[in-house]
Amino acid sequence: MSKAREAKAAKIRQLMETEGDAVGTSTRGFNEGRYESVQTLDDYEGLKSEARAIKEDAIERLPELLDQLRETVEANGGTLYIADDDADANRYIREVCEDKDAERVVKSKSMTSEEIEVNHELEAADIDVVETDLGEWVLQVADDSPSHIVAPAIHKSREAIADLFNETFEPDEPLETAEELTMFAREQLGELIEDADVGMTGANFITADTGTMALVTSEGNARKTAVVPDTHVAVAGVEKIIPTVEDLQPFVELIGKSGTGQDITSYISLLTPPVESPTVDFDDPDTPLTETETDREFHLVLIDNGRMDMRDDDQLRETLYCIRCSACSNVCANFQHVGGHAFGGETYSGGIGTGWEAGVEGLDTAAEFNDLCTGCSRCTTACPVEIDIPWINTVVRDRVNRGEASEVDWLVEGLTPDEEPGGVSLQKRFFGNFETAAKVGSFFAPLSNWASQLSVSRDLMERFLGIDARRELPAFQRETLKDWFDARNSHVENPTRTAVLYPDVYTNHVQVERGKAAVRALEALGVDVVVPDVRSSGRAPLSQGMIATAEDHAHDVYAGLAEHIDDGRDIVVIEPSDLAMFQTEYEKFLPEKSFQRISEASYEVMEYVFGLLENGVDADALATTDSEEVAYHSHCQQRTLGLEGHTEAVLSRLGYDVVTSDVECCGMAGSFGYKSEYYELSVDVGSELQGQFQTDETKHRTVVASGTSCLEQLDSLLRRPSQHPIQLVAPQR
Amino acid sequence: MSTGTVATFEDSLERLEVGWTHTSVDGLADVLNEVCDEPTVGVELPYDGVELPSWVNTDPTPADLRAANAGITAAGIGIADYGSVVVQGTPDGVEPVSLFADRHVAVLKESDIVPGMPEAFEWLGEEFRTGHSSAIIATGPSATADMGALVKGAHGPKDVHVVILDE
Repeated sequence: MSKAREAKAAKIRQLMETEGDAVGTSTRGFNEGRYESVQTLDDYEGLKSEARAIKEDAIERLPELLDQLRETVEANGGTLYIADDDADANRYIREVCEDKDAERVVKSKSMTSEEIEVNHELEAADIDVVETDLGEWVLQVADDSPSHIVAPAIHKSREAIADLFNETFEPDEPLETAEELTMFAREQLGELIEDADVGMTGANFITADTGTMALVTSEGNARKTAVVPDTHVAVAGVEKIIPTVEDLQPFVELIGKSGTGQDITSYISLLTPPVESPTVDFDDPDTPLTETETDREFHLVLIDNGRMDMRDDDQLRETLYCIRCSACSNVCANFQHVGGHAFGGETYSGGIGTGWEAGVEGLDTAAEFNDLCTGCSRCTTACPVEIDIPWINTVVRDRVNRGEASEVDWLVEGLTPDEEPGGVSLQKRFFGNFETAAKVGSFFAPLSNWASQLSVSRDLMERFLGIDARRELPAFQRETLKDWFDARNSHVENPTRTAVLYPDVYTNHVQVERGKAAVRALEALGVDVVVPDVRSSGRAPLSQGMIATAEDHAHDVYAGLAEHIDDGRDIVVIEPSDLAMFQTEYEKFLPEKSFQRISEASYEVMEYVFGLLENGVDADALATTDSEEVAYHSHCQQRTLGLEGHTEAVLSRLGYDVVTSDVECCGMAGSFGYKSEYYELSVDVGSELQGQFQTDETKHRTVVASGTSCLEQLDSLLRRPSQHPIQLVAPQR
Repeated sequence: MSTGTVATFEDSLERLEVGWTHTSVDGLADVLNEVCDEPTVGVELPYDGVELPSWVNTDPTPADLRAANAGITAAGIGIADYGSVVVQGTPDGVEPVSLFADRHVAVLKESDIVPGMPEAFEWLGEEFRTGHSSAIIATGPSATADMGALVKGAHGPKDVHVVILDE
């Protein structure tokens, strides 16, 4: 293993051991809470679309809204400062504090202030800065950094916090319970807030029409921070502006549910500073509030720091719609196991973190954790503003691959789209061109399989390609599905439909049996089947960030299938990640009409069988059973597409007793589990699925899984074999 | 406003483990006496014919706030779906009174309970455009899970009680 890969693997291993359990427990709890909480909404999908539309519109009209906001803030008696970058913002904030002769600033949690590292600037000016969010304060006391955008100290257990407090503060009675720790922090921080001179908060949203900012909190520290001192500085990115107060509604309903699974956080502060509430001057404890001289001052500091460039960037723009709810982190199987210290950059972490870091810090920072996104797409349905997070990660990966590409490179690539840019690592090139490897592998099988298993080959593969020697390699079949199909006489009397079975690389070269099963099943149901010679979908290069190559595949695939579609044939796809290409990513690559045609004509194989049965085709043609017990694992992208239920329905109708896994991901995600730097993480994530299929209820069940990589992961985790559901239901001959 | 909305509001409060009491204007003093421990601070309620009892300190100092067991304020509206009360900041100190005492007692008129967030934001939009500078949508007590388990009363009140004034 290369030194860099070894170091990465070691860091991941260490974080899994030290922080994995705490992060996993909390994120899974948040995520399950989300599933429950969004069910209370009448129209969750509609609300998400509404939220997205507001953000799209706001970012589109950002310059205009900024002008409007300046007017309203100034009319209210506050000041708006737009800072170009962190240094500019920090200087301004420091000067405000110096003007007030501030000795202490109390801060309510804000990612933007983490981004600019304002604490350093203020501390250098001898101003005491206190984080009042309990999680942030724990980190401040521990001199640690946040590992999650909503729950910054998520990686610390109660025991660790108790040790930290007992060591640092030496209380009379050692603190132990969550209640004791919280009350201790409340008391300590309460005193620090009481004689603070300046209160600093972030802002989750700011409305241009009234200059009202919304702060989403549960502890109440933001309220105290804003109301106690007479000077309030709010720091936020320019992207936080939305047009009107009414526009806050969908966000208020979505943010808590999406983030921590609470229906709503305890407090949504809606402040149009300088607010009318009297200041609470604890230095003068005996003067009634109503008689206190209150001359409030308010500074809104909006930070560009790369955001306006992101707005101009067609691929990164969506990042600006992010409302920092953390749903993408909580739902991410990899994040659940390593947390933000592996899955994050200077400030932002998790799924959307790559987009933020690429825009705010630059590609180098984003590159450090970009590969931890496996593109499973589970975050896209979790995101309350419908951001295509995997796509942003793919784009960033592509840009990282290209490095500092000159214009000449771009031109050359345009002329020779098969050529990947120079920056692509050998490992990514290998996985991105898996189609070629599979062709060679099948051609030389079984020799190729024998040769690739030799320890010397494994050693070379690990050294040069970063393919972990502990992972079993796929065995290429000498006879491909296409060869088998062409050599056989296929004839269906009076076919009800005609379908193209899409020969994805794995089905064609490795999992040939599931392809044969699909052909048999469809024919038994009266469908005339064709297996054409079509190129691979481009999923493999896409997941390595080789977008130009993936796009090239998309054009070829469409060209190869267009006549079939014109002829009224249905496209039946076995591999869910390829179906997802046709139904989502191809929108980026094909003209709209072509995308619509291929997307509407294509079906997942079990979805297709379901449709046939629904339309009255006799199920007896398939392998029915008398309650055979099955353990089923769907596939990430299949679930995102809403297709998990079709397989369950078909199996149930045929008499199977089905238990379905509900883990977020199997941990394999295509090439990810093969890569030596991620192998152990892949196995760790997979252990959840392994556990679900080894309970008393499931351990004897027949295992079926929809995705190629899921099957490979299950085969390596379980002692019993697994198969695609179509193999279970297809007639044997 | 239908009785359905009030019932939904009560169900939501129940879910949040927030206590509530229905009362008439005449019965308010007794209810407050029951739900507030001394010392209690408060802000005069903006409802016709309603006055806070004399044992409520309606002109608190910072020291009074720090010592208060209960803080009584009005709530502009209640939001049935969520069991939230909307507390508007005013120059006489609704925000600090509702924030510093261990228990916040929010008094609202039954007719000011709205079904959900869309209605609440219609109302809020109007309020902000006609001069109110702040409001808190408060749902249950302050809380945190940062110390390893959910604890009520992180920085703000540990407990909330809602008094619904029937008309």
